[in-house]
Amino acid sequence: MKKSKRRLKNWSLHLMLLPALILLLVYNYIPLVGNVMAFQKFNPSKGFFRSKWVGLKNFEYVFNLPDIYQVIWNTFYIAVLKIIMGVVIPVIVALLLNEIRKMKFKRTIQTMIYFPHFLSWVILAGVFVDVLSPSSGVIGKAFTAMGLEPVFFLGDPKWFPYTMVLTDTWKEFGYGTIVYLAALTGIDPSLYEAAVMDGANRWKQTLHVTLPGILPIVLLMSILAMGNIFNAGFDQIFNMYSPQVYSTGDILDTLVYRIGMLDAQYGVATAIGLFKSVISFAMLGISYALAYKYTDYRVF
Amino acid sequence: MHKKSLGMKIFTIFNYTFLTLLALTCLLPMINQLAISFSSSSAVAAGDVGLFPVDFTLDSYKYMADKPEFWKSLMVSLKRILIAVPFSMIICVLAAFPLSRQDHEFPARKYYIWMFVVPMLIGGGLIPTYIVVRNTGLIDSIWALVLPYTVNVFNTILLMNFFRSLPKELEEAAYVDGATHWQVLVRIILPVSKPVLATVTLFVIVNHWNSWFDGLIYLNSPDHYPLQTYLQTQVVSANLMALESLRDIRQIGMISDRTGKASQIFLAAVPVLMIYPFLQKYFTAGIVMGSVKG
Repeated sequence: MKKSKRRLKNWSLHLMLLPALILLLVYNYIPLVGNVMAFQKFNPSKGFFRSKWVGLKNFEYVFNLPDIYQVIWNTFYIAVLKIIMGVVIPVIVALLLNEIRKMKFKRTIQTMIYFPHFLSWVILAGVFVDVLSPSSGVIGKAFTAMGLEPVFFLGDPKWFPYTMVLTDTWKEFGYGTIVYLAALTGIDPSLYEAAVMDGANRWKQTLHVTLPGILPIVLLMSILAMGNIFNAGFDQIFNMYSPQVYSTGDILDTLVYRIGMLDAQYGVATAIGLFKSVISFAMLGISYALAYKYTDYRVF
Repeated sequence: MHKKSLGMKIFTIFNYTFLTLLALTCLLPMINQLAISFSSSSAVAAGDVGLFPVDFTLDSYKYMADKPEFWKSLMVSLKRILIAVPFSMIICVLAAFPLSRQDHEFPARKYYIWMFVVPMLIGGGLIPTYIVVRNTGLIDSIWALVLPYTVNVFNTILLMNFFRSLPKELEEAAYVDGATHWQVLVRIILPVSKPVLATVTLFVIVNHWNSWFDGLIYLNSPDHYPLQTYLQTQVVSANLMALESLRDIRQIGMISDRTGKASQIFLAAVPVLMIYPFLQKYFTAGIVMGSVKG
């Protein structure tokens, strides 16, 4: 029979998957299992399974660190502000772009606002540290010119978290509009025609056709963003923070880096990382379950 | 459309102006750095440089020209891309093809796809991954920058969704004629998949060009650093250290080097600028496909 013959030849499909599976196994699944080192006094020469088991000692140590609750709060605070801005601003900009009738203008704007997404935080940190410097940067000069005391955006603990949220929003809002613009073009034009027939002006059309039209995708993106509740943005903060703003700017990921990579306290650092992963995973699970229930979203 | 109301006119003017200003803010910081890199150190120190160079000079670029570390790290980045891109593309395409088969043709698909999705949902974490990279003997080798990132699940799913969206008639005909899976992939699927292959290739190039943290933790010798890691250690951390003493404006060393730093930052962004037009042509479709349809 044709069908069984096809199935016999499927070994070549397994073979095609093999290289990717081996790499996933080694560099994704083994590290996942390697999180057991959170419960060990990890000794690199002994490996994941022969190091000394210490139960919850590493976690005890972590939650007795003087700053740990502040760091957890910083992570949560910065991440939540970024999530909110990451939905609100792109939606507004997409709605405004949708009102543009000159296609060439619209495309030029899109080209410009997508661009920062593709630059690394190393480059952008280099740029922002210079631009935001109170003594020599353009922003500082502008403040002075307006007769204001220049704000120390990257060096003042009061300003640092908001500087992170703003610069991240600046980098990503344009890219974030793509999904909403796609949803906007997907709205059935006959709905607008019907609204015009009913005498709706542009504002009414936006309110009663456009917004309901993109609401599902806005909801979906907000729900899916919940998995980022502890992702405050390592690349960005690592490249822009300094000890003087640790009080408001130190986050779980940077703490893991300093404890793990600089102090080589592998077990302790892994405990922090695992704490973050477990909570993020739980949030992700909840968000996917919600998305499954309230929207048509399927992971694949 | 017929006559616009006054409110509509005002809104339209506001909208065009606002979006223009918003789009400009996305470019101005880079333009400011570009202007600084072409200005004299004294003009930069005096804070005169905004969007146009003052006392136009190529000094900082001349200074860069004989800065061997910069060029060495640039070569590392290029080498990394030349190795990683073909390697990653081949492995991801090979994985995406079986995953794009129908469940009834390839029943194991539903188990395999979970093996790809799980790493996307939960990562191994920094330290365990570092230990594995170390124990697989990759420290200080360029392969440390390649192997852990070879299988990009997002890209694989993007490819898979594209392959699934292709019309089935051609491949059905080929199978009836006795073609193997390899022949179907190479002769039928790949020739019509150029847009998605271009998208993913560009994504992989940009990812590898931009990544810096792996170089920082997996490479011991600064001689082996790719460009972004070099910039991180030489420009960004140095700047952050200077931040400490920024309150007093006496860090003359740092200020006079601002032109040099700006030129390095700008040069590191040039490749992204160069491939951006191609990237832009494709990525919108890719993103929508990847994030909405999943």
